[in-house]
Order: sequence, then structure tokens, then C-alpha cells
Amino acid sequence: MPLSPYVPIVGLFAIAAAFALFSVAAARLAGPRRYNRAKLEAYECGIEPTPQPVGGGRFPVKFYLTAMLFIIFDIEIIFLYPWAVSYGMLGLFGFVEMVLFIAAVFVAYAYVWRRGGLDWD
Amino acid sequence: MPVWLELLIRVLSVVVAFLTLPLVVGQAEHKVMAHMQGRLGPMYAGAFHGWAQLVADGVKFVQKEDITPRAADRPVFRLAPIIALMPYLIVLLVIPLGPGDLVGQALDVGLFLVPAVLGLGVVAVLMSAWASANKYSLLGGLRAAAQLLGYELPMVLAAASVAMAAGTLSLPGIIEAWHPWWLLWQLPALLVFFIAGLAEIRRPPFDMPIADSELVFGYLTEYTGLRFAFFLLAEYLGIVVIAALTTVLFLGGWQGPFGLNAELGWLWTLIKIFAVSFLVIWFRVAYPRLREDQLQRLCWLVLVPVALGQLVLTAAVRLAL
Repeated sequence: MPLSPYVPIVGLFAIAAAFALFSVAAARLAGPRRYNRAKLEAYECGIEPTPQPVGGGRFPVKFYLTAMLFIIFDIEIIFLYPWAVSYGMLGLFGFVEMVLFIAAVFVAYAYVWRRGGLDWD
Repeated sequence: MPVWLELLIRVLSVVVAFLTLPLVVGQAEHKVMAHMQGRLGPMYAGAFHGWAQLVADGVKFVQKEDITPRAADRPVFRLAPIIALMPYLIVLLVIPLGPGDLVGQALDVGLFLVPAVLGLGVVAVLMSAWASANKYSLLGGLRAAAQLLGYELPMVLAAASVAMAAGTLSLPGIIEAWHPWWLLWQLPALLVFFIAGLAEIRRPPFDMPIADSELVFGYLTEYTGLRFAFFLLAEYLGIVVIAALTTVLFLGGWQGPFGLNAELGWLWTLIKIFAVSFLVIWFRVAYPRLREDQLQRLCWLVLVPVALGQLVLTAAVRLAL
């Protein structure tokens, strides 16, 4: 019975996990363990640490915007994959349809650009 | 041969590649950078031109204390380096080395699996950044996440162009369909894929998330010893994986000029992988770091439109042929 092609992936996962656990355990045995209060503080170039973002601090909303734009465009790209593979069978119909689709994506893209969504500053 | 034995051999070969190729590339980086900058690089470990430097580094990392900061989210903090390593390891499994059966595991949807698995990198970065409870880590991790997400678009679009040209998502299938004139026809996609790939592995000039001069060491700031080494290993493995993907998708993989593909295919693949890796190292020496806004602008305003244009071009050429 031929194995599912995904069995090696699972096997590799198991081996990688074993490798990681083994090396972390080896490092625990080989490495020193000396308690020092300053060592456990958040690192800040050697000065007294200022308040750190425990549990997440405030950060610029631009990052959120990038992630949101990514989601939108990524979903569109996912639609391109099946089309790309079966393109040989679709002929002119597939071409016209996809040019229309990409044009629609491009309109959205141009809109985001004009509204300043792609400007970082 | 029993099925389980074949399975074991395949998986273990991938593990061997995972343990050796990053070392070769890392050592090459030491030496290539040194010579490009007119210095010697490591010369002592292992006597001959410091060949054992990275092995020595590994031993050193194991001996270091494993520190978890007090404010850190312990399980997430400790898991992140392992998650960072996983995607590259799994991608290595589906990359064909030669024709026929010389691949860890041939998948019909190889090209679909690769970006899906590489997407895990974002999770690892955000885990390490968030769990470190350090402002430099958080900033670096957010930059990395924005960069990884942004550059995934042109990368996947460029890959889709190749998938359409070949009419398949299977990586060996793409190599079989490959023809030298693709070098010209798919050139924009090749450039987009390579540049986006550089950004995906956060190599200079795209190392804004690490940016030692302003963020200490980005999301790696709080990591020590072996967990730090895992991130480092992931970076070098990333070079190998991006070089291998560029080779497989755009440079014809095992196809060589002398028609001995069945016998020498694996050698062609390795030569091409190392040539592209050399280029990755060269980029690090040649270009200064991009600023965050330049980085985002390059991605959204240059690479994405070029990749979309390439897709339409590929479709038009396929239709005309």
C-alpha cells in the first residue's frame, strides 16, 4: 500500500521536535545556571530598564494596516493559483476572465495607493 | 525495499542536508565577506582557514546559559526558536535534487505547500517578539511581521507566474517543463522572487527587523545560547531554501547544458543553489540597509505591480503559443 505523501512531513516534524528537545536538554546539562537578578531583567544596553511593554504595548497602527492589506491581497492571490494551473484548458476565456480579475485587483490597489495606504510616513 | 526503510532514508537525508548545507553556506559567508572586505575572516578553528569555525560556534552556544527573562511569557518564548526553524526544514523535504526519485517527497501541490509553510515564519517572529516583553523585541518583531507579510505577496505572485507557465504546481513538474528561454521570459518574476526571498529571510539589505544599530538585535534581543543559535540556523537554512526555490522555479533545477541530466542532475542543482547563495551573500556586502518606508515602498509600489504585470505577460504568451 503506498503511503500518503504527507507521512514524511509528519515524520520530519517528529524528528525536528526530537532534535530540538534533545539539543535544549543537552544545553541545559552543559550550560551553567547561575542566578543573577539583573540577568533576568529586560535587556536595555546596560542601563536601568525603563518600563517595558509587558503583555504588548502601544505600537504604530501602520503595522496593522499592512497586515490588513496583506490579507486582502493574499486572498486574491489564492484565487490565482487554481486558474494558473488549469490555464491550458481554459484558453481565451480564462485569459479574458483573469485580466478582468487582475484589473479589478489593480483598481483596489490604485485606490489604496491614492488614499495613502501604502505610504509609510 | 520496505516502505518504512525508504521513508526513513528519505527523511534522514533531509535531516543531513538540514545539518550540513547551512554550515557550508555560513562558512562560505564568513570567507566571501572577508575577502570582499579585504580581511581574513576566521582563521584558527580547525587549522585550515578556520573551516571548523561554525562547529566551534555550535559547541559554544550549547555551553551558554539558557536565560528566560522574568517578564517573558515562558512557554511562548521558549517555543518560538523551534517554530522558526520548522518551515525551512519542511520546505527542504519537497525540493527536488535530481530527476526521478531524487527528492525527499514529491508533492503534486509542492508550490502551494511551500508558501503556506513559509508563512509560519511570521508566527515565530511574532511569538518571539511578543513573549520577550522587551520594547526592542516588540518593535523588531512588528517590523519583521510587516516585512514578511508584505513581501509574501510579490513572492507568491512570481511563483504563480511560473506555475502558469509550467501548468503544474508540482516542483519536479515545473523543472521538466522548464526551457532555457524561460530565463528571458520569466526574468521579471525571477528578479521579484529573488528580492522578495531576500526580504523573507531578513537578510541585509532587508534586515530592518534586526537593525543592530538601533534595535539592539530586534526580536532576538532576549535570546541566549542554543535558542539564539536556532534562529541563526534558521537564517542560514533560509538562504539555502530561498536559493533552492529560485533554482527550482526559475533556473531549471537539475537541467544542465550537457544533456547528462539523469546522471549529473543533482550536481547541477547543488551548483545552482550555491551560486544563488553566493549572490545572497554578495548582496549583504554590497548594499546598505533599507529604511522601513523604503522597504515597504519597494514591496508595494515596485515588486507587486511588476509581479502582476508578469502574470498577465505569462498568460498572454501562453495563449499565443
